Amino acid sequence: MAAQSATASRSGLRSALPLLAPAYIWLTVAIFLPLSAMVFFSFMTDLPLSGKPWAFTLGNYAAFFSQSLYLTLLLASLRLGLEVTLWCIVIGYPAAYVLAKVLKGRSREAIFLLVILPFWSNGLVRIFSWAMVLREGGILDTALNAVLPFKINIDLMYSYPAVIIGLVHSYVPYMVLTCYLTLQAIDDSLIEAGRSLGATRLQVLKRVIIPLSMPGLVAGAALIFVPVVGSFMEPRILGGRTGTFYGTVIEDQFVAVFNWPLGAALSFILLAVVLVILAIASPVLRRAA
Amino acid sequence: MATTRILEGLGRLYIGLLLAFLYLPIIIMALMSFNVSPFYQLPFEWTTEWYASLWQNDQLIAATWNSLEIAILTTIISVVLGSAASLALFRYEFLGKKVLQALLFPPIAIPWLITGTAMLIFFFGVGIGRGLFAILLGHVALALPYVIVVVSARLQTFAPELEEAARSLGANQWQVTVRVTLPWIMPGVIAGGLFAFAVSFDQFVVSYFLSTPGQTTLPVEIYAAIRKGFTPEINAVSTIIIVVSMALMLLTARFFKFGGEK
Repeated sequence: MAAQSATASRSGLRSALPLLAPAYIWLTVAIFLPLSAMVFFSFMTDLPLSGKPWAFTLGNYAAFFSQSLYLTLLLASLRLGLEVTLWCIVIGYPAAYVLAKVLKGRSREAIFLLVILPFWSNGLVRIFSWAMVLREGGILDTALNAVLPFKINIDLMYSYPAVIIGLVHSYVPYMVLTCYLTLQAIDDSLIEAGRSLGATRLQVLKRVIIPLSMPGLVAGAALIFVPVVGSFMEPRILGGRTGTFYGTVIEDQFVAVFNWPLGAALSFILLAVVLVILAIASPVLRRAA
Repeated sequence: MATTRILEGLGRLYIGLLLAFLYLPIIIMALMSFNVSPFYQLPFEWTTEWYASLWQNDQLIAATWNSLEIAILTTIISVVLGSAASLALFRYEFLGKKVLQALLFPPIAIPWLITGTAMLIFFFGVGIGRGLFAILLGHVALALPYVIVVVSARLQTFAPELEEAARSLGANQWQVTVRVTLPWIMPGVIAGGLFAFAVSFDQFVVSYFLSTPGQTTLPVEIYAAIRKGFTPEINAVSTIIIVVSMALMLLTARFFKFGGEK
């Protein structure tokens, strides 16, 4: 054993297998088999375990395509994902730029940590905290009425903007993180070179900084868009009755209506959409890595 | 030069506004947990009665214990299995290694709504059913990819020659691993463990689909309470959770640099 020099050349798979097997068996049982089972169940009329008779059917998919409701909701969720992603870019990119290129040393480290810290705290709690701010008689309402000379009623709670605000708050740290990583890697001398050759600040931004940070923007966009399209808890809490989206309909199939096969079909359609989006984003991401 | 200074000042101001956007709702939510009015009415009057009444809420306390137990078990299991897998992926070359590494991304990238409902269907179908065991199975699977990615990142900084040196000095495989490799990757292992704890302790979606009325976790219990109506008790428990998870992540940051600079 000791005679062999490079670790890499030692008989690969047989030595690796005992170390790898437990983790990958676990992933198979809890992730990959369930995803396959979901595809299988989506073609059934009923669950085989419930004792009731079942048969194979395309009905669950036919339901999606024949009733415009599901397609409308999927489009609404895709639009929600797009809007939230755009707001995250508008808000997050400048912040990432300031972090990467303006702040330095310890203050940069501390502020960077502060920006991504909420991201690792409970998402449900953060959505709940917006309910405190947005509801009628909430903080926003009270504060604005204290400042303004006339009486206004701000009741954003249970509206589409409330859902957008909550989701942007939840996901903007992702965009700051991914853009910061690519912006930080841009050599300052490239920016200086552009400036000394006579380019304006705006030209440098458009021709040098944005193209070079594109991988971070795309990574952030993919990381935000995908979970937002599948969100259901945020629209439920902040959207109320206006908060019906594709995700909430899937939730209903599993916890209220108990039509699991239809839920599985709807989930699988969402998975297909998500995979297409990740596939579109992946060339840009691979170039970054 | 003057414009540069103005722009930098504006940049700092902007970051300040972003931090206010990120933290103000949380701070307000926390303050309301110390306010007397059950309808969140101002003026603010200090009280700790909502925390006291949490103490009487057996359902919430049971759910908290479940959450802690599952998070601790998830941490231990995923750190052991994940570190072993990372070591194997680092040390050995074999066919299909790229595929195994690529397989780590679907669990991270696929929305939890899909993973959670898929687990519900499958666990129900094979007879595992719902409940705490199913939740644990799910949480470990969600945490494993994070642990493997974080530990692997740390392993990238490890020089394989150190293992060679130890081996040539007569150490066996076990001794090499425990005395040389493990101490080096320890910061990564600890960071991975804290990630795993956070993934499990804050997990809502997957737990939601896998829980039953008696066997549930804290976030699921809070979601049920929120949908019944807002009470300062929810603020109190939320404040506790947010303080715990933020403290945990600050701890993680000590062991693992997110910014990739060092």
